[in-house]
Amino acid sequence: MQLLLNICIYLPLVGIAGILVARNDKATKWISLLATSATFLLSLPLLFNFDIAASGTAQYLTETAPLIGGMDIKYLIGLDGLSLLLFMLTTLMGPIVILSSWDSIKKHLAGYYSMLLLLQTASMGVFASLDLIVFYVFFELSLIPMYFLIGIWGGKNRIHATVKFFIYTLVGSLIMLVGLIYLGYDAGSVMEGVSFSTDWRFLSGTEYTIGLVEQTYLFAAFALAFCIKVPLFPFHTWLPYAHTEAPTAGSVVLAAIMLKMGTYGLLRVCLPVFPNAFAAFAPYMAALAVIGIIYGALVAMVQKDVKKLVAYSSVSHLGFVVLGLFAVNVIGVQGALIQMVNHGLSTGALFLIVGMIYDRRHTRMIEDFGGIAKVVPIFAVMFMIATLASIGLPGLNGFIGEFLILNGAFNSSVIPQNAFAVFAALGVILAAVYMLWMYQRVMFGPLKHKVNEKLQDLNAREIGILVPLIIFMVWIGIRPVDFTRYSEAQVNELIEQSQQKRIAVQQAAHKEELPGWASTLYDVTNELASKSQNK
Amino acid sequence: MNYLFDLNAFLPGVIAGVAGLIALLIDSYKNDHDGIYGLTVVSLIAALGLSIIDMFGPVGEAWSGMITYGGVSAFGNTVVLLGALFCVLISREYLKAIEHEFGEVYAMVLIATSGMLALASANNLIMIFVGLETMSICLYVLAGLIKEHKIGAEAALKYFLLGAFSTGFLLYGMALLYGATGSLSIPEIAQNASSNLLFIAGAGLLLVGFFFKVSAVPFHMWTPDVYQGTPTTLTAYMATASKSATFVALILIVSKMLPAETAEWSEVLEVIAIITMILGNIIALVQDNIKRMLAYSSIAHAGYLLVGLAAGTPEGYSAVLFYLLAYTIMNVGAFGIVAYYERQQGLDFTDVNNYAGLGFKRPIMGVMLSIFLFSLAGIPPLVGFFGKYLVFAAAINADMIALAVIGVLASAASVYYYLRPMVYMYFREPHKDVPFVQAGITFKGTLIVLTILTIYFGVAFGGLHDLLASYYSGDWVTHLTGN
Repeated sequence: MQLLLNICIYLPLVGIAGILVARNDKATKWISLLATSATFLLSLPLLFNFDIAASGTAQYLTETAPLIGGMDIKYLIGLDGLSLLLFMLTTLMGPIVILSSWDSIKKHLAGYYSMLLLLQTASMGVFASLDLIVFYVFFELSLIPMYFLIGIWGGKNRIHATVKFFIYTLVGSLIMLVGLIYLGYDAGSVMEGVSFSTDWRFLSGTEYTIGLVEQTYLFAAFALAFCIKVPLFPFHTWLPYAHTEAPTAGSVVLAAIMLKMGTYGLLRVCLPVFPNAFAAFAPYMAALAVIGIIYGALVAMVQKDVKKLVAYSSVSHLGFVVLGLFAVNVIGVQGALIQMVNHGLSTGALFLIVGMIYDRRHTRMIEDFGGIAKVVPIFAVMFMIATLASIGLPGLNGFIGEFLILNGAFNSSVIPQNAFAVFAALGVILAAVYMLWMYQRVMFGPLKHKVNEKLQDLNAREIGILVPLIIFMVWIGIRPVDFTRYSEAQVNELIEQSQQKRIAVQQAAHKEELPGWASTLYDVTNELASKSQNK
Repeated sequence: MNYLFDLNAFLPGVIAGVAGLIALLIDSYKNDHDGIYGLTVVSLIAALGLSIIDMFGPVGEAWSGMITYGGVSAFGNTVVLLGALFCVLISREYLKAIEHEFGEVYAMVLIATSGMLALASANNLIMIFVGLETMSICLYVLAGLIKEHKIGAEAALKYFLLGAFSTGFLLYGMALLYGATGSLSIPEIAQNASSNLLFIAGAGLLLVGFFFKVSAVPFHMWTPDVYQGTPTTLTAYMATASKSATFVALILIVSKMLPAETAEWSEVLEVIAIITMILGNIIALVQDNIKRMLAYSSIAHAGYLLVGLAAGTPEGYSAVLFYLLAYTIMNVGAFGIVAYYERQQGLDFTDVNNYAGLGFKRPIMGVMLSIFLFSLAGIPPLVGFFGKYLVFAAAINADMIALAVIGVLASAASVYYYLRPMVYMYFREPHKDVPFVQAGITFKGTLIVLTILTIYFGVAFGGLHDLLASYYSGDWVTHLTGN
């Protein structure tokens, strides 16, 4: 089984080799489709054989000996409750993005599909790695293909967009690297026989704790990188550019998978390793998340370009995910996890749909459409479902995530004011406003432009891409437990553990040893920790 | 017996030096370029093989304590010889294409290499001086190879004047050190080290001389002009082999000769590292000429290397050694591709604007240049990332977190200019039709090998890292600065 996991991760690279050998445009497409479909099929046994009761421990582990003498850096790959669904989402999106670019990409096909395949490997690697150095390597590796995807096959302002994207995310992750190295040495100093360790299982465990001051700095270093990637307000400015300029497949991967790396990192690293700082900063982060929700929604409302609108709606939706994470309770975190998947499905579908209409009309401006529902009925239905899922209509997936997150935020002990949840809920209403308004202007009303009368409806390939996504939207909406159960045990454990670690560090800390700001910052959480214990 | 032992201990250097002299002879009697080229390649491969074997062998002193062999020296020799060999392999075709192929070029490279090997194995200040000068004088000649062009003459003159100036510092420093300690042998100086003014002034001047040679800010002024005016493959040689040799000698001096008790050497290195990283990277941002960009980038890389030295721990030194290898591989590669494009188009083709659309015309070359540039920028999983990782990890472990943060921010800024050639190669349409000649098999093969090494050492770094760390595990290094 662990071999299967490795095969899944590296199969796309074999696809790249195939493309380089084939040197033929048609073969290129089929090879990449084959590689990604095979990856998806091979990843299914990983899902079916997953031991749900033991989701807290990583499964299908590949663990090598330390790669460097005296340092516990190793190739450590496995799946657990936190990563399984995101890993599956990545493998599912693989063939979908390949198919979505089937007819729309016309130049430099070999390069294009190689980059998509490389991105696939890097994304799977991010979610499967349990050693933080390996995680970092995959995290950075994912930048390179996206850089070229936007830069070569993107829109008019692609160069500006892609350089901004690359440098913005790189600055964050380099600061994280410094934090990571410091963390590794710190962990190594309490381990026997090694001087450095980035094994997540050790770092997140209760035996390893970090002092309050170090935690603050380390949390800041890691959270900055992840927040830029998410992107959390005010670090979101690269996102609209990157999304608008990227080719459809690039936008889909960016929205469905790469943005999740940020929220996933917050959950995977920041919560269990720096629990005190995570809780202490929770109100501030939640405030940024809520600002992001409202701000993203308001900006989305005034967009004239459908793709930009969807991009800003991502800022808003990911604000929900961050809010759920920083509620630091089981409901909130579970909600955040399922919302990551939801956002991948619904925003992924929306970007695909925008791409499909763009392929036909070579414009994405709302004013260029209007009344096309009668011309392209299948398209209208698909678009409607994705829109409703994105809004959070009960019965579809978005509702589940948002409900759990808001529920978590209301009951959270670390973000005490209900105002956060109240304002976040306002975001749901705004989402309905901007999405439905956009839908109405594009699809309904009189047919304003003559050209639109001849629009082709979706072909079989396009329907085939969207149907799986819609099936999952409905499935999650009706039976969310089929999905949330994979992570439930682990999230419980994680919250429990981080609570214990938090209290342990809190009790070990002496006020006189800490600088003034640290004792004020963490005294507040001290009360909260005892409060939540009483609950 | 003793002679044989001594000869054996410095055999790579002897081979390179003798081959250089023979090459000169062949050139003056027969003018047989094929023969000279063959001799150069064979002797460099032989020397490389020997020094690779030495890397795993015993460590000791030879020539009455003038040089050390094995361990760090052997690794330094290996890096130098690798750089030299790869540069020679790509030079032939390039020099022929720009019509500057002379037999003396190979002789100069060989003799310079033997000087570098002496420098990297030095155990005595005299050896350092002899090695450095042997290397430098040959490099002055190589810098002036394109003598009919203004840039070539400028490069040679500038290099020579500033080089001679820096040698003055170096010698003066050595003289003062001799005055302070009564010896020129590095271990003996280390034993008699004190914090009196004479010693500190001597060591300080010696360091200044070295900073000139490794082009650390504020002693970097010569670098861009010299790199621009020298034929590109020889620039690669200058930028990698000579820098590696000088850095190995610098490690030797810092690790063995400058005890932390005498002065705040670590702080000195830290300050130089910071300004070198910042200035090198910032000026590189605005360069339109790729060779000048790579020159400033090599200044910045000297800064990263100094970070490892400033850490002053065994970990830091082994990180610097690893980084030298990484730097050599990826920099020779990058210059090699620049040479490939230039060869087609003449010497003024190095402006980044001319690279528009080239990535798709010669896809393999484009992909390789991208890999080298990403590696120089420190993106995983390439060798440049791991080198950077090691030096910054050493700094963090030595509690120099501010230094590491400045370093990573500087390297984040560097990404912009490394991405720039790729932006032109791939994202812009070509403005003119550029005809392309196929590269020869040696040229292409060398670059492909370098690409493979860039990826290989980025993924499978463990064994090499452990080997380097083992050099510092014994009692061999007695005096360490700082921690």
